[in-house]
Amino acid sequence: MPRNGQEQALLSIRHVRKEYRPGEPVLKDITLDIDAHGVTAIIGPSGTGKSTLIRCINRLVNPTAGEIWFGGQDLARLEGHALRMARRRIGMVFQEYNLVERLSVIENVLSGRLGYLPVWRALLRQFSETDIARAFELIEAVGLSADFATRRADQLSGGQRQRIGIARAIMQDPALILADEPTSSLDPKTSVEIMELLTGIAADRGIPVVINIHNVELAKRYAGRIIGMTGGQVVYDGAPDGLTDHHLKTIYGGEMWL
Amino acid sequence: MNGPALPSRPAAFPANWPVRIAYAGLLVYTLYVCSILDVSLARLISGLDHAAKLFGRMFPPNSAPDKLSLIADGMIESIQIAVLSTFLGTLLSLPLGLAAARNLVPLWLASAARMVIAVCRSFHPIIISILFVKAVGFGALAGMLALVISSMGFVSKLFAEILEEISLKQIEAIRATGASFTNVLIFAVVPQVIGRFIGLSVYQFDSNLRNSTMVGIVGGGGIGAALFTAYQRFDYDVVLTILLIIIALIILCEVASSRIRLVTQ
Repeated sequence: MPRNGQEQALLSIRHVRKEYRPGEPVLKDITLDIDAHGVTAIIGPSGTGKSTLIRCINRLVNPTAGEIWFGGQDLARLEGHALRMARRRIGMVFQEYNLVERLSVIENVLSGRLGYLPVWRALLRQFSETDIARAFELIEAVGLSADFATRRADQLSGGQRQRIGIARAIMQDPALILADEPTSSLDPKTSVEIMELLTGIAADRGIPVVINIHNVELAKRYAGRIIGMTGGQVVYDGAPDGLTDHHLKTIYGGEMWL
Repeated sequence: MNGPALPSRPAAFPANWPVRIAYAGLLVYTLYVCSILDVSLARLISGLDHAAKLFGRMFPPNSAPDKLSLIADGMIESIQIAVLSTFLGTLLSLPLGLAAARNLVPLWLASAARMVIAVCRSFHPIIISILFVKAVGFGALAGMLALVISSMGFVSKLFAEILEEISLKQIEAIRATGASFTNVLIFAVVPQVIGRFIGLSVYQFDSNLRNSTMVGIVGGGGIGAALFTAYQRFDYDVVLTILLIIIALIILCEVASSRIRLVTQ
């Protein structure tokens, strides 16, 4: 439990700092609480540490200092088996979808269960009937037909791939979904469709979502809470309505683009 | 309209003196080596005479039944050596190549694996065959073991390079699901490399088939022994029969392997 005892928070980030090179922090002392419901959008310019922050949570990146409390554990201190057990509860959606290109759509969706699968079952693709049935349901839930199941992932369009990326994350049955720029590689129309799907499917299942996103309009439209970051620090944290041009100027610098 | 030429403009293709000097040096060295090794047109012409006699004695190829059955036994043994050494060699290359992939394992392990691979690659299969003939005695076992070693050297080196080129994004995504290292290998690494690994194994079978016809020269089994004996006894018509069969076999294998590689892509 976090030391200050905020029990409602699902995720408590405490004084997290990350330096890829000593003395050059990408994240400077980040402290945030994420509730167990709703969509939180993290906005900010490129290179400001949004991706690093989100990757520190599931430890694809190791924070240099700080604590990340989730499910009664400090994720920043976990290693090996315990870390993998914790990762199973956190789904992730990526900017470039990160599907395994040469596997079929259903294999990609089912890979969300790999944390629960012994090696020999993974090798022989011995997923349980329940998992397979759920994978088919999810393929349809994200808007594709069951015919897609056996197609190879590299035959899909960008939007379709991201739909499968979302299905894979939901397949984990996660307590939290992290989305790292899920729409940045997509056209504006598909971006809206993907945001609609991601936030909708998470809301239906009561899963909170933390989204890194460049697009301020999309962030305001879909998030209940906006966190503005710049220079590795949080400079705005509040409701979308409270986000003014003044804040955006602080976050992104300049005003010509506004 | 063209303005006046700018005097300070740099040359579009500046003279590259280091390259010119390197070419000149290569030319001089080539001429020097030719003079030392007695490579000259006169020498070549006097040699052609011998070559003509050799080819004259080769025709027609010998097709006596007893010779053919001897050759068949040798060829079958060569093929068996090639199949077995490719199977064992590529199988052992899987862990060795993985251990040498610097993006997947700690650096100390990759360095150690690369040392092993370098040793495997240091010697020609014939030299390794001689070692194994001395170690385990004459016969197919020695040749087969030698080709396993050289297969491991070649396949694991290239397999490690293939592994180092894979997309880390796909691995990252599978790691994020909480999958164990082995499950990451099975679901994110293997799908990315399996096609090229099969292609590599097929190529190595080609190569092992050629080498398996040769290890017999030093006592490693297969057709090589018969070929060498035929040369020694000046039975050049038998030599030609063997050479023709080897060529036919290699061409057959080429056709088959290009088919297999097409399927796996």
